Amino acid sequence: MAILKKQFVNPELPDRLFRVLTAGAAWLAMLLLVGLVGQLFYCAMPAVRRFGFRFLVASEWDPVNNIYGALPAVTGTLVTTAIAIVIAVPISFIVAMYLVESAPHWLSVPISHTLDLLAAIPSIIYGMWGLFVFVPFMQTYIQPLLADRLGLKHLAFFGPEYNGFGFLTAGIILALMILPFICAVMRDVFRLVPNVLRESAFGAGATHWEVTYDIALKYGARGLLGAVFLGLGRAVGETMAILFVIGNVQNLPRSLFGSGTTIAATLANNFGEAEGILKSSLFELGLILLLTALGIQVLAQLWLNRIRKQMGEQ
Amino acid sequence: MLNLNADEIKISTRHLNFYYGKHQALFDNNLDILTNCVTAVIGPSGCGKSTYLRCLNRIFELYRDQRTEGEIIIDGRNILDKTVDVLELRRKIGMIFQKPTPFPMSVFDNVAYGLKLHFRLSRKEVGERVEKALIGASLWDEVKDKLKRNGMALSGGQQQRLCIARAIAAEPEILLMDEPTSAVDPVGTLKIEDLIEELKTRFTLVIVTHNMQQAARVSDYTAFFYQGQIVEYNRTQKIFTSPDRKQTEDYITGRFG
Repeated sequence: MAILKKQFVNPELPDRLFRVLTAGAAWLAMLLLVGLVGQLFYCAMPAVRRFGFRFLVASEWDPVNNIYGALPAVTGTLVTTAIAIVIAVPISFIVAMYLVESAPHWLSVPISHTLDLLAAIPSIIYGMWGLFVFVPFMQTYIQPLLADRLGLKHLAFFGPEYNGFGFLTAGIILALMILPFICAVMRDVFRLVPNVLRESAFGAGATHWEVTYDIALKYGARGLLGAVFLGLGRAVGETMAILFVIGNVQNLPRSLFGSGTTIAATLANNFGEAEGILKSSLFELGLILLLTALGIQVLAQLWLNRIRKQMGEQ
Repeated sequence: MLNLNADEIKISTRHLNFYYGKHQALFDNNLDILTNCVTAVIGPSGCGKSTYLRCLNRIFELYRDQRTEGEIIIDGRNILDKTVDVLELRRKIGMIFQKPTPFPMSVFDNVAYGLKLHFRLSRKEVGERVEKALIGASLWDEVKDKLKRNGMALSGGQQQRLCIARAIAAEPEILLMDEPTSAVDPVGTLKIEDLIEELKTRFTLVIVTHNMQQAARVSDYTAFFYQGQIVEYNRTQKIFTSPDRKQTEDYITGRFG
């Protein structure tokens, strides 16, 4: 049988086939990315030609006269993402630190599993919960508390309307969404710190906080930053959780309580009946979103390389 | 048995038992360790010698299921007492581990770290003390041009001396070394052994070692541990030339262990 097989089949064929198949699959990933960016670019061309650079800095969104600008959506995306990161990163850090450093075993295991489960909740659930539960809660309690009780309404970016919707609400929901991801990764990073290194720091007379902050943080800097960028990536592109709570008006963010929009929310809202230059403008927005996400990845890599160099590794 | 002058006793364990959960690792240990001497702790793997060391700076407390019974008296005070400031205790007792444990920061910051935990110093003073500690650990000449380099980029032996520098920068009184040369090449080992000889003029040293030649070379007193018990404790010379117990003799002549 073995001899027969050799007569009919070129013995090198399986190897060659394997190489072609795997290389093909690998190139497919590259092709997909290039194709996607190319397609977006192609569909966005009419808008690019019509509005030029002005598209990026204009804030009109006028379907009647067919004039569109990306600024409200872009700034809205940046603001909601920034709020989410500012809230989620420190909380994740503290929770991860607690889970690894001081939680008793019977508590850290269920909390850990809960975190993983939270990460699996579909974003539309957050959107629904946000709209029906969190928006009224914001309107009734949080916004009056921040603006009136704490007197923040005298600052420019709180108030004046309290309708529960807006950038802050969206940012908080985004934070809740990305928190489990960031936290789970940070937890794993802290767990990777070698025990003997921790003991050594404790042996030098460091407290739990000092060990985490000075040793674990620096040892795991790359991983922790990776966690932050993972959250950032999710927050930038998130659609469903934001769509329902941000208010969906093409306004520049002037106040944290103000309604606005994000790139993803604008796309989801307008694609249904989009034609002509509006459709093209949406494609251009999509292109901006994609490039932003890619940009975050590239920045993350550059930053990590710099840290690596600073730490004196080859 | 050994007759020691009570004034010179730095560390004294009394009826010390140690448990990993339900497993008992030390049984009724009584050991007096002398000031400014090198005391070697030898014995086969799993005999409790590292465990003994980990009791002295209470590092075992990091783990929930580990506990002690009995007393460890250092400078007249039972350090297992809950009222003892464990951070100050650990400043007083430096520890060097089997594997070098440089922190993920520069050579300079590694040494300065221990200092900054315990002392409020001006930048100039920190610089001076770091230099002094590095000189004290015979590392200064090798690293003075690369103080900004990451500590993890040094060779294994240099890393271990960096850890010693970090420990002595905090001006401890006792240095615990848990097989300090087991991950270091022969040249590095020689340097560390020479260093131990120098350090004993300023510190009380307790060294756990697998290497009996090392124990014989560097220590003044030797304790032989077996299965959690102290079989014999005496002057190193006595232990290695005419031990009182058959078990000790069997171990140092390599018949078991």
